[in-house]
Amino acid sequence: MTVPPSARGATPLLSVRNLATHFPVRTGLFGRPKAVVRAVDGVSLDVYPGETLGIVGESGCGKTTLGRSILRLIEPTAGTIEFDGVDFRALRGAALRGMRRHLQIIFQDPFSSLNPRLTVGTTIKEGLLVHRIAEGAAADARVAKLLDEVGMQPAYASRYPHEFSGGQRQRIGIARALAVEPKLIVCDEPVSALDVSVQAQVINLLKDLQKSRGLAYLFIAHDLSVVEHMADRVAVMYLGRVMELASAGDLYREPLMPYTQALPSAVPTPDPERKRMRIVLSGDPPSPANPPSGCVFHPRCHHPARDASCSVIAPPLEEKAAQHWCACFKQPPTVVPWDAQKGAGGTHPPERHLPVQALHQRG
Amino acid sequence: MTAPTAPSPLLRVEHLRTYFHTRSGIARAVDDVSFDVYPGETIGVVGESGSGKSVTALSLLRLIDPPGRIEAGSRIIFEGRDLLTAPEEDVRRIRGNRISMVFQEPMTALNPVFTVGDQVAEVARVHDRASRKAAWERAVEMLSLVGIPSPRERALQYPHEMSGGMRQRVLIAMALVMRPALLIADEPTTALDVTIQAQILELLADLQQKFGTAIVLITHDLGVVAEVASRALVMYGGQVVERAPVRELFANPKHPYTQGLLRAMPRVGQGLDRLVTIPGTVPAPTAWPTGCRFRDRCPLAFDRCATEAPMLPDGAHGARCHLAEAGTPVAFADRA
Repeated sequence: MTVPPSARGATPLLSVRNLATHFPVRTGLFGRPKAVVRAVDGVSLDVYPGETLGIVGESGCGKTTLGRSILRLIEPTAGTIEFDGVDFRALRGAALRGMRRHLQIIFQDPFSSLNPRLTVGTTIKEGLLVHRIAEGAAADARVAKLLDEVGMQPAYASRYPHEFSGGQRQRIGIARALAVEPKLIVCDEPVSALDVSVQAQVINLLKDLQKSRGLAYLFIAHDLSVVEHMADRVAVMYLGRVMELASAGDLYREPLMPYTQALPSAVPTPDPERKRMRIVLSGDPPSPANPPSGCVFHPRCHHPARDASCSVIAPPLEEKAAQHWCACFKQPPTVVPWDAQKGAGGTHPPERHLPVQALHQRG
Repeated sequence: MTAPTAPSPLLRVEHLRTYFHTRSGIARAVDDVSFDVYPGETIGVVGESGSGKSVTALSLLRLIDPPGRIEAGSRIIFEGRDLLTAPEEDVRRIRGNRISMVFQEPMTALNPVFTVGDQVAEVARVHDRASRKAAWERAVEMLSLVGIPSPRERALQYPHEMSGGMRQRVLIAMALVMRPALLIADEPTTALDVTIQAQILELLADLQQKFGTAIVLITHDLGVVAEVASRALVMYGGQVVERAPVRELFANPKHPYTQGLLRAMPRVGQGLDRLVTIPGTVPAPTAWPTGCRFRDRCPLAFDRCATEAPMLPDGAHGARCHLAEAGTPVAFADRA
């Protein structure tokens, strides 16, 4: 992708360009790399101050690796990460640690992401001490205030994680992330381990905190309805790539990428009266160690104009409508000329495909 | 999938109580659950973690190990006989034959050291005394029926060579070899991605039509229930708190808990800024509140809720709530 998908005139807080994270698969006697898993393969995106960028995709699409690569918890293979005007990938040692204060993460599993041997207070306080934000009584006061802010009693600071339910632990994880006053929080499936009744509490809390603190979120989830609820803009990932990026409203009203079209139609809705035509994708997502040629989605695609050229030409992520980016050259308009498609074995010219029945209520 | 027409139920569960006698007290995981399943229908059992839905499923097959115990007075009548008083040998013959089960975890429910073909064939060998060759042919046929491409070759593969969706298809094939009258599916799609979940739900509905199997579908996802079940039970605190035909349940939920659950779910295109929340968390099964078990999370609770446990009334649509006796209570109204 060449053109950065920008959302508005403002300067982005986080700017990621052509980010790639590849993992070598070692086998054989001397553990030589035999293959490479392209977990993240050329992702570009921006996150603006105070906004939520949602990342959705199925397991193995690279969304978690993307989040961790942006924080450099996993070192990316290539690409640039600019955070708050600083080249984040160039930072080392103390400078990197200092910058991490502004980039925090909330993990999916509230059971394994808290140290069972540390009290809640110690866990939350750790960041304050490391970054020399507060010490002693001042730090304790900060912890009490943070607990209160996430809806827990300040007295819980002296307790251990096992004494709390999943939802409460997730609140502790949020307080830990907030302690160092970050500008951006990567939320990696923060509610998917929680029950519905508790999930809503945590979602509301995240929204409230965003408003009161002006936080930006990179909100990673597999649950479309949760992402639509949380996010201003949404990037859809498939096999390590961003396939579509648009405002949450546009993406759900008018998804252009055939994969994005199939996703909401696959989600069961809690409304038996609302029977939709369902696009059932055939097959499984392919392995990121051996992605299909051309468009990585082509073996499962239902676009009526899909043809041989889809297995040859890799579709660029291009702007189809204002601020609506999509990687499919069968969906007009496209920068991939018809002659080039024909040259690659194309037989069906691009045509607009929007299976509304599958997306919206009938009758 | 069709409305029950046959007057006699295939399965009748009466006053099922499954308690776990632990050192920290008696956990009343399932506490007086009664319901019927009619031939060929799909009944959805919905609940959050700790509601007792999975223990209910395991109890139906008598798969409860100590310290768990199905308490005296419980009855599980299947095809006219009480499974709880039947000899273990008879129950074993029914399991996997007349009643079979599909579990949530397609990764752990298969044996990693046998090919999937062997594992499907084994069911026919055990229950039908089929010859090795005949059993293998049936396995291949079943794998084909559950939509596994090139089943003859895939039958020779080991579970680790398959994706999660394919493994779940193998488990469904195993469960349906004997054409059981009843299939218990415990969160069969929870571990799967949405596009694969859609495939599996469609497959279950297809096979049900083909074989006339009744399905008890255990799930935490109200959306799944809305799509595949004709009737639903909502569980909370080891009890059924609401029982209704699915359309009724979603159009006119009577229990405050059901109302809260429905409104707490974010929905695509809903456009709400804030979600409705149910305060608090599910209490521990060793210490259910007195009276109504939902009362400390219920915005409509009043003094009678603490002193008197509400009953689940008979009839097609009923809720275990004092306020539902007189009409439909309204808890957790939508906040726009």
